[in-house]
Amino acid sequence: MGRVSLRFVLGRVLAALPVLAGVVVLTFVLMRLLPADPAAFYATGPAMGPAEVEALRRQLGLDRTVAEQLLIYLRDLGTGNLGRSMVTGQPVTEDLALRLPASVELTIAGFLLALLVALPLGILAATRPDSAIDHLTRVIATTGVSMPTFVTGLVLIFVFYFLLGWAPDPTSRYDLFLPQSPRLTGFLTLDTLVDGNWEQFGAVAARLVLPAATMALFAIAPLARMTRASMLAALQGDFVRTARALGLSPAKVLLTYALRNALIPVVTMMGMVLSYMLGANVLVEKVFAWPGIGSYALDALVASDYAPVQGFVLVVAAIFVVLNLVVDLVYAAVDPRVGLG
Amino acid sequence: MTAAAPLLRVRDLTLEFVTRGGTVRALDAVGLAVAEGETVGVVGESGSGKSVMALAVMGLLDRAGRITAGGVEYRGRRIEALPERELRRLRGPEIAMVFQNPRTALNPIRPVGRQLVDVIRAHRALGRRAAEAEAVAMLRAVRITDPEARMGAYPFELSGGMCQRVMIALALACAPRLVIADEPTTGLDVTTQAVIMDLVAGLAAERAMAALFITHDLALAAEHCHRIVVMHAGQVVETATPGRLFAAPAHPYTRQLARSTPGEATTVATLETVPGNLPDLTDPCLPACRYAARCPLVAPRCLTERPPRTEPWPGHAVFCWNPA
Ligand SMILES: Nc1ncnc2c1ncn2[C@@H]1O[C@H](COP(=O)(O)OP(=O)(O)O)[C@@H](O)[C@H]1O
Ligand SMILES: [Mg+2]
Repeated sequence: MGRVSLRFVLGRVLAALPVLAGVVVLTFVLMRLLPADPAAFYATGPAMGPAEVEALRRQLGLDRTVAEQLLIYLRDLGTGNLGRSMVTGQPVTEDLALRLPASVELTIAGFLLALLVALPLGILAATRPDSAIDHLTRVIATTGVSMPTFVTGLVLIFVFYFLLGWAPDPTSRYDLFLPQSPRLTGFLTLDTLVDGNWEQFGAVAARLVLPAATMALFAIAPLARMTRASMLAALQGDFVRTARALGLSPAKVLLTYALRNALIPVVTMMGMVLSYMLGANVLVEKVFAWPGIGSYALDALVASDYAPVQGFVLVVAAIFVVLNLVVDLVYAAVDPRVGLG
Repeated sequence: MTAAAPLLRVRDLTLEFVTRGGTVRALDAVGLAVAEGETVGVVGESGSGKSVMALAVMGLLDRAGRITAGGVEYRGRRIEALPERELRRLRGPEIAMVFQNPRTALNPIRPVGRQLVDVIRAHRALGRRAAEAEAVAMLRAVRITDPEARMGAYPFELSGGMCQRVMIALALACAPRLVIADEPTTGLDVTTQAVIMDLVAGLAAERAMAALFITHDLALAAEHCHRIVVMHAGQVVETATPGRLFAAPAHPYTRQLARSTPGEATTVATLETVPGNLPDLTDPCLPACRYAARCPLVAPRCLTERPPRTEPWPGHAVFCWNPA
C-alpha cells in the first residue's frame, strides 16, 4: 500500500480551491449573459407595471453592476449562503441538501450496475478474444456510447413501463400509497432498510432500476473496453506466465494475479466515468421525474433562477474535486509503486 | 546418462507459430534428454528457439504455437497430451522454471512473501502460518538476508539480483525434480551473474535436482553443466560434454562458437562473432540444415537432405554432412 499523508490530502484540497473559485465566477458571469430578465419573469401579476418591475429588480440586487453583484455573492458564499431560489422560495443550500441524496443514490446505483456488467464482460472478452462474448461486448459498448442517455431512458420507459408493464410508473422515487420511512440519510434504499420497511424498500428499488440502467448503459462501454484491454495486457504479462508456470490455480492466476493488476488503469477510468455520470444525471433525472439536483438545476435554468444554477454547478464541481482525490487515494491503495506524500 | 530412462526427453519436437506475418517454424526435430540429477546446458544465439523449447516442456506455449511432430515426455508421460489440470500438478512440484528478467516475472503489486505462499499453498495442504514459515525458509535458502523482513517487500523495492533470488525461491519452493532456468542471469551485472549461477548450481546439486540451463553464453554453460546441447535456428546441431565440445567440436557452428570463446567468461559478444545471421524462420523454403547459408563447408545436399546424426565419440552427437 502506498502511504497517504494528511498533508497530501490537504494539499490537494487547497490546490482545488482556485479551480472552484474559477467555476463560481464563470457560472456567475455566464448566467448574467443569458438574455433573460428575472425581474420581468417573476413580475407577472396584473398590477405589475414598469415601476414595480424596477422595484423588484432593486430588491433582487439586479440594478447593481455585475461586478458588485459578484462581490455580494462571494461574500454570502463565504458564510455558506448560496442565495435563495425564486421558484421554491427556499435557501438554495436547503434545496440542494434535500435533493442531493436522490442524485447521489441514482448515480451510485447506475455506477454499480455498470461495474457489475462491465467488469465480467471485459474479463470474459479478454480471456476469450474473438469469441462470441468478445463480439457481444463490442456491440454493447458501441450501442451504449452511441445513444444519448435521454433517448435510452425514453426507450426503456416505453418498453418496460408502457409496453410490458414490468416497471412502476416513472414519476416518483417511492410508492406513495405505502408508509414512508423517516429521513435519515435521504438515500431511500438505506432509510427503508434501516426502518425495516421491506415493502417500501422493494418499491424504492424497483423505481431505481430503470433510471440506474439508463445511467449504466453508457458507462458500461468505456469500463468494459478498458477492462478488456488492460486484462489482455495483464494476461500476456510475464508475471502471469510465472504464476502459471508455478502451477497456481486458474482462478488465482486470473483474479489475484491478472485482474488486480489490470484494475489499476480501470480505477482511473472509473473516476472519469463517475464524474461524467454526475453531469449526465441532469437529463436522466428530467426523463424520470427524479427529484435530484440535476432536475432542480434544469428547472431553475429555464426559469432564469440564478442562485440554484450557480449552487448546482458549485456542488458538482466540488464533487468532481473530491472524486479525483478519491481516485488518487484508491490508486495508491491498489498500486504499491505509487507513493502519495 | 543413457542407461536408465531419462527424467525428461524431448523427441523430434517440431513446432510452429501461425502469425499474421507468416508461419514461424520455430523448432525443427529438436531432441534432448535430461537424466535425474543431471545439469544440461542449452546454448544458442538469441532466436534459436531455446525459450520456445522450454515453454513447450512446461506446456505453456501460447495459442499460436502448434506442435506438428514429436513431443515431450516427462517421466514417461507425454506433456502435450496431458489435460490442463494434470499439467498444473506437474508445474511447481515436478518441473519449475526460472525466467529471464526477474523484474517483470514477479507480480509487481504483490509482496514477494505472498507470492511464495501462493505457490506453496497451491501444491501442499499447509495453513497460512506454516506456509509463511516455509516461505521464509526458502528466502533464507537463496541467501536473502533478513528473510522475515523481506517477506513484505514488493519487487520494485528489491534489486534485480534480489528479484532473481526470489524467482529462484519460487521455482524451488515445491522441491521440483527438474528446474529449467531460461537465461537466469541475462540483464544482471557480471558479479551478480556469477553469484546467481553458483546459487542455482549449488541448490540443484544439494537437492539432487536435474537442471536444464538455457543460455547464449557457451563459457557459462561449460562451467556449470554436465552436458551441453548446441542449438541453431530451431535445430540441435551438436551435443557433448563441455570438455569434448571445446577439445573436439565437430559441427562448424560449434567450432565457430568454441573458437570465439577464449576459456574464461565472455558474454553476448561471444556469439555475435559467428558470421552471418539466423535465417528467417518464416521462409517456406528453409534449407534442410539451417546453418547452410552461414557455413564455410556448405555442400549441395545440406540444402535438401536432413543432416545425419553421427557419434564421433560415445555421448557426443553431431548433426552434419561434413563433421570434423
Ligand atoms: N509466441 C510466439 N509467436 C510467434 N513467434 C514466436 C513466439 N515465441 C517465439 N517465437 C519465435 O520463435 C523463434 C525462437 O524464439 P525463442 O525461443 O524466444 O528464442 P531464444 O529463446 O533462443 O532466444 C523466434 O524466431 C521467435 O520470433
Ligand atoms: Mg529466450
